[in-house]
Amino acid sequence: MTLTATTPTRPAGTAKPGRRRGIASYWRFYLALSPFYLIFLVFGLYPVASTILLAFQKWDGLGPRKLVGLQNFGFLIEDSTFWLSLWNTVVLFAMSTVPTLVIAMTLAVMLHSAVRFKGVYRIAYFIPNITSLVAAAIFFAAIFSTNFGLINSGLRALGLPTEDWLRQPWGIKIAISTMIVWQWAGYNTIIYLAGLQAIPTEQYEAAKVDGAGPFRTFFQITLPQLRPVVLFTVIMSTIGGLQTFTEPQVMVGNAGGTGQSGMTVVMYFYNQAFFNNDYGYAGAIALSIFLLVLLFTAINWRLLGGRGRR
Amino acid sequence: MKTRVRWPGLIMHVFLAIAGVLCLFPFYWTLVMATNTTSDIYRYPPKFTLGSQLDDNIRAVLENVAFFQSMANTLIVAVCTTVLVLFFDSLAAFTFAKFRFPGRNALFVILLATMLLPAQLGAVPQFQTMAAFGWVGSLKALIIPASANAFGIFWLRQYFQNSIHDELVEAATLDGCGFLGVYRHVALPSARPALAFLGIFTFVASWNDYFWPLIVLTNPDHLTLQVALSSLNRSHGVDYSMVMTGALMAMVPLIIVFVIFARQFIKGATEGAIRG
Repeated sequence: MTLTATTPTRPAGTAKPGRRRGIASYWRFYLALSPFYLIFLVFGLYPVASTILLAFQKWDGLGPRKLVGLQNFGFLIEDSTFWLSLWNTVVLFAMSTVPTLVIAMTLAVMLHSAVRFKGVYRIAYFIPNITSLVAAAIFFAAIFSTNFGLINSGLRALGLPTEDWLRQPWGIKIAISTMIVWQWAGYNTIIYLAGLQAIPTEQYEAAKVDGAGPFRTFFQITLPQLRPVVLFTVIMSTIGGLQTFTEPQVMVGNAGGTGQSGMTVVMYFYNQAFFNNDYGYAGAIALSIFLLVLLFTAINWRLLGGRGRR
Repeated sequence: MKTRVRWPGLIMHVFLAIAGVLCLFPFYWTLVMATNTTSDIYRYPPKFTLGSQLDDNIRAVLENVAFFQSMANTLIVAVCTTVLVLFFDSLAAFTFAKFRFPGRNALFVILLATMLLPAQLGAVPQFQTMAAFGWVGSLKALIIPASANAFGIFWLRQYFQNSIHDELVEAATLDGCGFLGVYRHVALPSARPALAFLGIFTFVASWNDYFWPLIVLTNPDHLTLQVALSSLNRSHGVDYSMVMTGALMAMVPLIIVFVIFARQFIKGATEGAIRG
């Protein structure tokens, strides 16, 4: 991805030779760009900058704002609910992302060598991803429900003990991550499939000549070639995973369910801001989420070697 | 093909088909729940076939939430957002792709940097802004902030760069087309597939948005479908049949849009990932 290099253009805007142009003569271009930058200033940059300030203030939304320095962060460090929500978020992220990507990779490799029904599979796998999170969360809450849920019916039919899924700390996490896997495995499968199709076939021919088996071929050729695509999916999953909100909020409610074991950081932020009206504290939580996303993205980038460092 | 890793064909298709069934099963099960009574579903073993209670369930949904009002609100928001995004994003993307002007690179770097900011981070001040504008509870609060975005501009710009020749732009200019004329007669027609993807993507995202509408839509008459659905779930959590009917009704329009445009949509979605 290059930011500054452009195609060798002789742009139409400067096509007439021998005339010097003042900045005002470019007004059309600036006008064409202005909607995005205006909207970004008002609804993007200002709120974020304001949140950063808020994190150092105490404010209930009505009275005057009071500058309190690092106090909010001091509270944050001693706040066990915050750490719990952070722990829940990371656990949910791991419990959903790892299976999602493993399943996606397996399906993509299979789909790549499939000849028939490819189009049908692709559409079937993609559909969960465009479905409303709220509708899907209600559905998963229903099948994990204790007395009448499909999961427990299945366990009973097999003669296995049933579980109080949505009232159990781990049951809640399993239900939420199952839903995330369902929604995202197919999407990642399609992305990996596109990546696989972009790998030149010569490499496979060479591997075949060298007598490499399917597993060696996969780990020595396919996976390294897919690295940029894997990086993309991991970063997208990280950004999405650290902002998990709708699934637990709809499935177990604002309080996060039994022992708050479904409480994620974004839910905690939402509660502090819009129920406790503790805006400064919410700002501090928001800032920590942002830093967390940056940190995880940097770690992923590092681990997977980024772009161009094959 | 000889060069590919070979899997035993039958086993592979069994796996692929099971995965497909698992992906689609929730939709079928939603349909089962929506067409039966809650007590049918509560039976053990549960009923796996479609019933005949759909109209009763739909009636119950309509009694409990202003469904059609929410559907209309959602449609207004999704359509307005999509139209504005397509217009603003394509205009900006075309400008970036084909013209030079002072500050272009700096502006573009700023645009890319904005993609790193998680939207939820600014929810509190954004709510204050909406309050100051008097937009709290109004659909404007959903449409205007979403009406132009960096992702769309970035994505369309790449498309414009690759698919429109500079000669074409020059020729149109020499023919007396102004800036808007070139945009309308050269840029828009050639970018149809890219615009289609961005349009569907925006529509789906807008239709399914939940976090921000939940915060800013305070008036029960002005909910979007997702918020209405979650309130249905909250207050009538035991009547699964009715709640799942609501979920079904909220999903159907999107599924239709997706099935019609599936190919374009999947193609567009993967292009972004592969090119990065």
